[in-house]
Amino acid sequence: MVKKLINGNYAASYASKLARAQVIAAYPITPQTNVVELIADFVASGEMKAKYICVESEHSAMAACIAASATGARTFTATSSQGLLLMHELLHWASGARLPIVMVNVNRAVGPPWSVWADQTDSISQRDTGWMQFYSESTQELLDTVIMLYKVAESPDILLPGFVTEDAFYLSHTYEPVDIPEQAMVDSFLPPFDPPFKLDVDRPHGLGSLSMPHQWYMEMRYNIAEAMDLSRRRILEVEREWRELTGRSYGGLLDEYGTDGADAIIACAGTAASTAREVVDDMRKVGKRVGLARIRCLRPFPTEELRALGRRVPVIGVMDRCYTFGDGGPLFTEIKSALYQLRDRPLVKNFVAGVGGRDITMKTIEKMFENLLRIGSSGLDREKEWVDLKRPEVV
Amino acid sequence: MAKLPLPAEENLSPGHMGCPGCGACIAMRLALKALGKRTILAIPACCWAVMPGVYPYNSIDVPVLFTAFETAAASASGIRAALDVRGIKDVNVVAWAGDGGTLDIGIQALSGAVERRDDIIYVCYDNEAYMNTGIQRSSSTPIGAWTTTTPGGSTGNWKREPKKSGVEIMVAHRIPYAATACVSYPEDFVRKLQKAASIRGPKYIQVLCPCPPGWKSDPEKTITIGRLAVESCMWPMYEVENGVYTVRKPAKRKPVSEYLMMQGRFRHLKEEDIEMIQKLVDEEWELLLKKEEMSQREKPADSRGP
Ligand SMILES: Cc1ncc(C[n+]2csc(CCOP(=O)(O)OP(=O)(O)O)c2C)c(N)n1
Ligand code: SF4
Repeated sequence: MVKKLINGNYAASYASKLARAQVIAAYPITPQTNVVELIADFVASGEMKAKYICVESEHSAMAACIAASATGARTFTATSSQGLLLMHELLHWASGARLPIVMVNVNRAVGPPWSVWADQTDSISQRDTGWMQFYSESTQELLDTVIMLYKVAESPDILLPGFVTEDAFYLSHTYEPVDIPEQAMVDSFLPPFDPPFKLDVDRPHGLGSLSMPHQWYMEMRYNIAEAMDLSRRRILEVEREWRELTGRSYGGLLDEYGTDGADAIIACAGTAASTAREVVDDMRKVGKRVGLARIRCLRPFPTEELRALGRRVPVIGVMDRCYTFGDGGPLFTEIKSALYQLRDRPLVKNFVAGVGGRDITMKTIEKMFENLLRIGSSGLDREKEWVDLKRPEVV
Repeated sequence: MAKLPLPAEENLSPGHMGCPGCGACIAMRLALKALGKRTILAIPACCWAVMPGVYPYNSIDVPVLFTAFETAAASASGIRAALDVRGIKDVNVVAWAGDGGTLDIGIQALSGAVERRDDIIYVCYDNEAYMNTGIQRSSSTPIGAWTTTTPGGSTGNWKREPKKSGVEIMVAHRIPYAATACVSYPEDFVRKLQKAASIRGPKYIQVLCPCPPGWKSDPEKTITIGRLAVESCMWPMYEVENGVYTVRKPAKRKPVSEYLMMQGRFRHLKEEDIEMIQKLVDEEWELLLKKEEMSQREKPADSRGP
């Protein structure tokens, strides 16, 4: 194992190399660009035995990955924001066709106005595309999760695509020391891609043809639902294996910190969790019983884990780094819905914070915790609160 | 087909879902004869996404990837890349798309794949409208034609714009090989496909496929109408190899009116409209002959570059 000082984007490139991705089709977008630049270098130097297709758009990038995956090659791509949105149609196509494509998405705000900063609107709005979604907190986690995700995605009973996200600039451009695993070790962990069905001239099949209402469309959808449900267990198995090999793991689908005996916890996804961890430590030191539940995996959703937590913790603050218009933040509505079946439900409050890359400081998170502890005894004040919102001066 | 010197191999089974007299069905049958079993097709949304049959039935005897409307070329690129990394060299990768999927929504992906010089054959079967969704105009619909989105009405607003030229767009990309073809000339189409298969890099063939419901023509007249398209020079038959044009000249040119009047989609045209179309066709034909003459004269040794 070599320790290297790299940023999140390079971790994504190293991961695709270690996973021996064979076809990469990608289109540049800030802040994803150096993911694909480094892969291009790997391919150019012969370090990576792969085909790198310089496509003319993200839509074509995903189309090419779909076709290459259907032809039996392990594929990789990376994108961000508008690029991910341009892929939207084909994200559905990839999962419907049961192709275990793996992608890295840099979480970036969606325009207008133009903003290249951290925000999770892009990936969260792909919730219903049938892709597994992982949110990383560190560069090491990003690298490890890409490799693990290939193993999950390619499991014969899963065969679903998935992506791993990193918050723009917080992870994509921040350098951290990262263990780059040995190739031989990754090879022992991740067998070559060998799908049960592929485009093969010696065994011709049509993949993705027409289906009538009385035929198999509905059953195929049901199969995807089953696979997505099964992936929960598979994710935990694969992470256990990875921990045995490397000593590293990340808490499965829901990564809990300081939740034992907590009076209030914050649930969030992405790098804000790191800041929250510090705040938890500080507040615990002065006797305030607060904790963190990091949504590491949004799809499949950690429903059971959240219910178990909801039985133990009376107040949950959900911090969304984006907003979906019409009801509440997306994590908020998801978590509320998971908790609904509990007889004694905790209070759930939505904090909308860090939208468009606004800094989520320790002070901000501490204030949230104080608020949660307060409403724990006095009752919910407001259901949704936009935190650190500037008010334009009234002239 | 026994009398024609065509490959005997059949890779399209009977029982497809095309309309009677469908030119696009003939095109597929010929293409699969020409290219053989070691072929993989990428087919986006279009009539041909439906014609092979309803899952689990499939009348095409080579692997097919059915894909999204605008992705024929990018899908072919992906298939080629995967075959390359898997060390499979002797397979034709064919994007097979309608004129809408090619010249409208799919043109970005096509342009990208051709510019990258990906080793694929792109066949645009040109029925001159979006037939699968019920006869809406495409940029490849000829001037003067009725479609459901150029219905004419009381303002006479039929398709007002001349047909977009797929081959010329490809020539501007410096494609190694581009050609037009027509299902009424099967040997010619087969020869062009086989030539395309022998060339490395991107190849583009646009094959005219009469469509009885869309053209409002008699199913049994498909071949005759295709022939008239070529004989009237409405559909010039030519090849461009590394920038050098070769045009097939009809023995005796026919007036476009003969071609137009066999199809309901043109039946509203007045005398002066037909004259206008004739004039346009004449000009285009002259221009094409000039391109042939010039490019033959200036024949570059190899314009493909390094
Ligand atoms: C993104 C998208 N937009 C629209 C459609 C609907 N659609 C399916 S086929 C088609 C027309 C296809 O026309 P063409 O490519 O000319 O092929 P043809 O149907 O004539 O064979 C359209 C508009 C679609 N499938 N996807
Ligand atoms: S609508 Fe036209 S192109 Fe489509 S199947 Fe029928 S005849 Fe063929």
